[in-house]
Amino acid sequence: MNSIENKDSLKAHLIADFQLSQAILNGKSTMPIHQVRSEAMKNFDKLGFPTIRHEEWKYSNVSNLIKQTFDFHTKTDFNKSDLEQIPLPHLNGNVLYFINGVYNAEISEISTPEDKLKVIPFSEALAQQPELIEGYFGKYANYQTDAFTALNTALSNDGVVVQVADNKVVEEPIIIRFISDARVANVGSQPRNLIIVGKNSQVKIAEAYRTVGDEAAFVNTVTEIIVGESAMVDYYKVQNESDKSYHIGTTQVYQKGRSYFYAATATLNGGFVRNNLNVVLDGEHIESHLYGLYVPNGKQHIDNHTLVDHQKPNCESNELYKGILMDKSTGVFNGKIFVREDAQKTNAYQNCRNVVTSDEATMNTKPQLEIWADDVKCSHGTTTGQLNDEAIFYMQSRGIPKKEAIRLQLLAFAQDVVTQIKIDSIREYIEALILEKLEAA
Amino acid sequence: MLTISNLHARIEEKEILRGINLEIKPGEVHAIMGPNGSGKSTLASVLAGREDYEVTDGSVTFNGKDLLDLAPEKRAAEGIFLAFQYPVEIPGVTTINFLKTALNEIRKYHGQEPLDAAQFLKRMREKAKLVKIDDALLKRSLNEGFSGGEKKRNEIFQMAMLEPSLGILDETDSGLDIDALRIVAEGVNQLRNENRSFIVVTHYQRLLDYIVPDFVHVLYKGRIVKSGTKELALELEEKGYDWIKNEVDALEVA
Repeated sequence: MNSIENKDSLKAHLIADFQLSQAILNGKSTMPIHQVRSEAMKNFDKLGFPTIRHEEWKYSNVSNLIKQTFDFHTKTDFNKSDLEQIPLPHLNGNVLYFINGVYNAEISEISTPEDKLKVIPFSEALAQQPELIEGYFGKYANYQTDAFTALNTALSNDGVVVQVADNKVVEEPIIIRFISDARVANVGSQPRNLIIVGKNSQVKIAEAYRTVGDEAAFVNTVTEIIVGESAMVDYYKVQNESDKSYHIGTTQVYQKGRSYFYAATATLNGGFVRNNLNVVLDGEHIESHLYGLYVPNGKQHIDNHTLVDHQKPNCESNELYKGILMDKSTGVFNGKIFVREDAQKTNAYQNCRNVVTSDEATMNTKPQLEIWADDVKCSHGTTTGQLNDEAIFYMQSRGIPKKEAIRLQLLAFAQDVVTQIKIDSIREYIEALILEKLEAA
Repeated sequence: MLTISNLHARIEEKEILRGINLEIKPGEVHAIMGPNGSGKSTLASVLAGREDYEVTDGSVTFNGKDLLDLAPEKRAAEGIFLAFQYPVEIPGVTTINFLKTALNEIRKYHGQEPLDAAQFLKRMREKAKLVKIDDALLKRSLNEGFSGGEKKRNEIFQMAMLEPSLGILDETDSGLDIDALRIVAEGVNQLRNENRSFIVVTHYQRLLDYIVPDFVHVLYKGRIVKSGTKELALELEEKGYDWIKNEVDALEVA
């Protein structure tokens, strides 16, 4: 089923898909949402898929992705027993399942009462409460110049809309599992998630991506998070996708004054992964914390692009990304920090540290600080190195076999990101996956 | 216990050990002294199995086994312990976890069950007392941010935990003030017994005031050029190394 056609077959396929979706709108095409979609599709058509000549895609080549076709409407019989094959231990709270991008109510569970938390599938909100989505759709994530976001904006048809009311603490985490069921064919999905957190409220949200099956999978996802005044949001993105998967994801965060946003992105597996995490700090006394961990092996490619945009004074951002690169894997970290003219007294820190365990693995890092204000504290650092031989010998000299010494040190290296993850089931899952991966190394 | 015969070793193209012969019996303490660059630390490293050095000739037998044939971790399991001159900082790995792993790996090597948490803690508390090392320190990342004295005490503490039959102290006195030196030396003395031997590599006499050796060897240009008892160390303290260097250099010229 891995049909390789001409180099732009995916684009043609998607444009045809869009025309088909337009044809069945039955007069709704004048609605604001559909106007945004049309405009997004035009943008995509004009932009096309990026090549490595595009500065933002210099080290991430999508040419293998766009040669293939994916079915975006695969019917799947994925059910509870399939779920047992891919467990997340100690999973509790609000757990939502999307199979090939489509909400599966049967296996999902929402436990938090509605006065605190409203969780609606995006498809349902589109059909029943379009006015809810209109206020946000197309206003945050950049569909003007980002081809993948344009594509998602044009074609996304499911995902989740989360609304947390004002002054509420949602104790149970919201865990959204996106499963690509690639057991019979190449599958594609374009989830769109909208998370609106009211003022003074607190919530923890995790997105977990997973592939089952041996065919190729393409996930093009966009999540928009609006963090209300003085609200606190913990956001986790956990990726454990197959070597034949392509994941392009944008998380667009908009923070209001005195809010706190915390993100941890853990990429355990994935053939080709590109994560964009963009945070806009539009208010004073905002805190943003961005953590990332990636452990590619084989020929996996993991690219993290972050943008922290300080627009107002007296805010703080802090970023730590860590990578362990094995075998012939490649990694990219591109961290932009903007400090706008108004954003005096900004504290912004960025750090990216990598360990390369093989001569054939590659890491490309690029910090990009653009500062227009004059009274700010900003720093950045990137390191890419090998394990310390002396430390390995030290451990060996105490009786610890070399392989175990290496494993212990890599685990220790990952620890300061892993311990940041406050949802136990997710943290344990990540720890187990890292362990498993390092065992195999 | 340990027999070193005609040991030659080099690092890259530079020959550093040029024919070491040494016999150590159970319970003995041998001091290895010598001027800078004589090969003292190289000898310690070669015995522990550091990969940077290439053994070009000679042999080392430890309790009947060919030591040079064993990976560093196997040497440790066989009972060799090197107290590092510069202990390594390992962020993210606590001393406790490190030692638990090490101890249980050694037990596994000997076909023993791992220690349970209670047994391990009991042993740890006992041994920590030997070198007056604080519990809080052991819960921190291994050697990270430790003072020079704390690092050296931690080395002796690790030795106490692993109970080797041969302890090699590589310039353990370097960087220690007199109080720390005494604590470290007392720790070592409490570990001395009829079955456990030590090689004490040092530049100065002062450590040997506390850890009194049975034999003193002077290393120079990669060979043991003089051996004696503890009085030799005192003589070196008084007269320096020049008289020995001169003797050896004169012989070489002749």
